[in-house]
Amino acid sequence: MTTSPKTVSAADISQLSVAELCAQLSQAVASRYSQASPVIVGIHRGGFAVAEWLHEQLGAEEPVGALDISWHRDDLKASSISPHVKPTRLPVDIDGREVLLVDDILFTGRTIRAAMNELFDYGRPSAVRLAVLGQRSGKELPIAADFVGAEFELAGAQRIKLNAETADVNTWNLELQHGQ
Amino acid sequence: MANDVQLSADGKLQHLLHIEGLDKTLLTQILDTAESFFNHADGSIVKKPVLRGRTVANLFFEDSTRTRSTFELAAKKLDADVLHFDVKGSALSKGESLKDTLQTLQAMHIDMFVIRHKENEIPIYCAELVGPRTAILNAGDGNRAHPTQALLDAFSIRKHKGGFEDLTVTIVGDIRFSRVARSQIAVLKTLGVKTLRVAGPDSLLPEDVSAMGVEVHRNLDDAVSDADVVIMLRVQKERMDSDLIPTTDAYFAEWGLTPERLKLAKADAIVMHPGPMNRGIEIASEVADGPQSIILDQVTNGIAVRMAVMSLIMSGRH
Repeated sequence: MTTSPKTVSAADISQLSVAELCAQLSQAVASRYSQASPVIVGIHRGGFAVAEWLHEQLGAEEPVGALDISWHRDDLKASSISPHVKPTRLPVDIDGREVLLVDDILFTGRTIRAAMNELFDYGRPSAVRLAVLGQRSGKELPIAADFVGAEFELAGAQRIKLNAETADVNTWNLELQHGQ
Repeated sequence: MANDVQLSADGKLQHLLHIEGLDKTLLTQILDTAESFFNHADGSIVKKPVLRGRTVANLFFEDSTRTRSTFELAAKKLDADVLHFDVKGSALSKGESLKDTLQTLQAMHIDMFVIRHKENEIPIYCAELVGPRTAILNAGDGNRAHPTQALLDAFSIRKHKGGFEDLTVTIVGDIRFSRVARSQIAVLKTLGVKTLRVAGPDSLLPEDVSAMGVEVHRNLDDAVSDADVVIMLRVQKERMDSDLIPTTDAYFAEWGLTPERLKLAKADAIVMHPGPMNRGIEIASEVADGPQSIILDQVTNGIAVRMAVMSLIMSGRH
């Protein structure tokens, strides 16, 4: 929407300032929502931390929402449900509202597909936008983000994980994991 | 229960037959999962397609209205196909005919059987028969176990009281012949209720009651005093007018929960009943319909808890 997100190679990920990425993302989002603020909804778990932070930056009045996508996963038959299914909590009625869906990393798009199904279990938003801290190659569904903090150049088997244990964005980091 | 047929080698729930053998972590996981099916804005239950493409068969060898209905609703809210197999006339016993029935239904690719039977341990027998490919959910067997009722009661207590550790819970009535009471005691002990009391006439207390690890009361006023939760059990019709219960009036006078008796409990105590109620026998209408009663909420919670059990059992199964 504003400038295109910066590209980060796998080697640079661990040195990356997550705070800077967040700032970039929040700037992009803020310029789009200068008038009315959307209902901000984060996807458990990494997405919720980013959503809370964005929510604070935008000064949105309504509380931030949380989505658990477990029940809409397309691999329920293959894998056991995570033992930590959390209830989805939406702060307001989303009927007719614009929803800003927030996740940490956009990868295959399957999480977002499930998240939209979960969201629509609760109502019919007027629009749904997607904000992610970062995105990478490997898309398997026709889903794109509206706001992106950074573009990561990763090999197929590499995974990236956001560690956001505290509310302080300066303590957050991205961890590169080498898959099988 | 070392080789409990209801758990897989890695501790995952395969069937739900009884509470015994399930640890606190697993019980808590079931309650948390049930929580996830509620829309917190309005308390309604949200439909989720977790069992899409699966078929659930209800096999009730004994009459039931609410349990059967809530199992059916739970399966439908998970998008399963539901088959009611009518087995009126519970003459079928543990012989060949039940085996044939199950195997015939298995050949129809049923994924899960919900079974109620008047004889103890029939669901265990069924689980051993069908193997791990098909799941068995016990909807009540004889006077042995009614695990989903106990789980929904635990869920309701947690929802209204926030936890279990500080609570005094009193179960009143027919403890001896009640599968509900047995499963409730098992679930509440495992979840760590501080004080668990049972109370009822001697004729309706099991002989081994002292070995159950609960406080036994033979006076309702004492049993209810300072309780946080009072669970009234149904007096079974067939026990009335026998030597076990002389008259219903006498039972109500001694063991019925009246507004006066409820005042002995904590001011914020809740009243529960698994239903169907006998008004004027074990519970006064003023109490059943009063502000401390959560009896109807229990029914709603029963749907979510049964959804949770079905989802956890069927996840990861091809």
